[in-house]
Amino acid sequence: MRTWLRRQRYLLDYSLGAMARRPGKHLALLLVYTLIVFLLASVMLFTHSLQREARLVLAESPELIVQRMVAGRHDLIPGEHLERIAGIRGVQGSYGRLWGYFYDPAVRANYTLLVPPNDAPAAGEIRIGTALARTRGLAIGDYLSLRAASGEPFAWRVAGLIASDSELVSADLVLMAEEDFRRFFAIAPGLYTDLVLNVRNPREVQTVAEKVSLALPDSRPILREEILRTYDAVFGWRQGVVFVLLAGAILAFAIFAWDRASGLSGEERREIGILKAIGWETGDVLRMKLWEGAVLSLTAFLLGYLLAYGHVFYASAALFEPVLKGWAVLYPAFNPVPFVDGLQVATLFFFTVFPYTAATLVPIWSAAITDPDSVMR
Amino acid sequence: MIELEEVRKAFNQGRPNELWAVRGVSLTLPLKGLHVLKGPSGSGKTTLLAMIGCLSRPTAGRIRLDGRLISNLPERFMTEVRRATFGFVFQQFNLIRGLSVLDNVMLPAYPLAPNAGELRRRALALLDRFGIAARAGHKAEWLSGGEAQRAAVCRAMINDPRILIADEPTANLDSQRSQELLAVLGELVAMGKTVLVSSHDPLVFGSAGVSHLVELHDGRLVGAA
Repeated sequence: MRTWLRRQRYLLDYSLGAMARRPGKHLALLLVYTLIVFLLASVMLFTHSLQREARLVLAESPELIVQRMVAGRHDLIPGEHLERIAGIRGVQGSYGRLWGYFYDPAVRANYTLLVPPNDAPAAGEIRIGTALARTRGLAIGDYLSLRAASGEPFAWRVAGLIASDSELVSADLVLMAEEDFRRFFAIAPGLYTDLVLNVRNPREVQTVAEKVSLALPDSRPILREEILRTYDAVFGWRQGVVFVLLAGAILAFAIFAWDRASGLSGEERREIGILKAIGWETGDVLRMKLWEGAVLSLTAFLLGYLLAYGHVFYASAALFEPVLKGWAVLYPAFNPVPFVDGLQVATLFFFTVFPYTAATLVPIWSAAITDPDSVMR
Repeated sequence: MIELEEVRKAFNQGRPNELWAVRGVSLTLPLKGLHVLKGPSGSGKTTLLAMIGCLSRPTAGRIRLDGRLISNLPERFMTEVRRATFGFVFQQFNLIRGLSVLDNVMLPAYPLAPNAGELRRRALALLDRFGIAARAGHKAEWLSGGEAQRAAVCRAMINDPRILIADEPTANLDSQRSQELLAVLGELVAMGKTVLVSSHDPLVFGSAGVSHLVELHDGRLVGAA
């Protein structure tokens, strides 16, 4: 065992020396390799962060939402529906929600307007998300003026900024009083955007949803789990699209690695011939070359992963923001909680180190079987 | 005893450019002394040395070392015999550029994985013995022709082989350096090693220390003394 370890150490020493003797070739390969790992790792870390973030946010959301449907479209729901579902066993509480979207042509952005169930601002006042405040240049005490459904301008005083753990969902939020909301969107009293149900036992949510469907045939219940699944699917789909685009880059990298490994210079071939002539076996040369590949792979993997980690968790994933966050114009300052997932690291390792090893194995083998007497000729 | 029995070697066999470099050489050399293969360029000296040193296999015929057939061994066993029995000094020295002289000398021992300190001591002792210890840390490409030749001899001796094979060792040396090399080879013979040299340099085959002189021409043996 000790001899085996010592032999590997000698081979590793030689590999490191050989790499240092040809810095140009190896640095170019390391650079491209690191870039590939960086891109893939960035996408993976960022997508998983978004999914985690969404889960954290939605953990606080209600278990069940009821929306009224008219001709297959979401419509305002009358408050009387609340009475019809209040008697369902297992329902702890229920209330109507008022929320909607508003397109602001001034900044070409969508806002989410919402009446909070508790601690709503006073009439004529609003609390806004930090991204919105940044975009419109608003501070506490300033006025935000928007054009209402009736065509009249509406002005609110900014009473506060929304401090949220996750800016991802609060970035474009405007919280306001119920009467302001109804007047702004011209929604009659007694109508709500949707209804929220709190269910005492989480295992009963499905049963309650079925009962709601029966009690309100024109409505659809939406479970929190379904929203979570949708978020996962949306982010997973986006990750997939980016991966498909990156697949070309991985293939190009494999071809590049093959070219580098098979294009051994005359000097390198001569060196292998010398090693074999002075007593190295084909296996020794092969192991030496594999060490070279391992050092390169691991260095590139580590560098690429660390760079991606910094990119995603400390630079808000500046490169992928537009494609992975979606259509929102008000980009939130997204600072996800750093994490390392073992399975994710293993997957990434497989998708980067395996193509490189596979691409270089044959050229390495063909170099390792150089005839030892070639140096005599 | 090194025994060659009707040894033949062809390159590119079966192709239009087929070349028979060695055409039926039978020879017996004792494992002692300095043996020189003499002949003009293309006479088959280097090819014969490569086959004796287990660097290549004959196309036909047999080679025995102390009675053991070594000409038809699988690659792995051939490498083992080569590593344990032969040391090589090549015409172009073939030191690896960019590596220090000391590293070059230690290189043949790496697959055997000896203790690092012990290997280093052995290599430095050899460099000292052949007068280039001061150059141990220098890169191989910085050495003069004579120094590179001696470094190549040290590398050939690092695994303490019984037989040293030198292919045209004086081809790149002036007369004085050639004389020095012959002195080094004589020293090795005195240490009990067998030295096999190919050369068409009269300085070498005319040297007083030569035990056996084998003459080749067009791949055939034309004389042995």
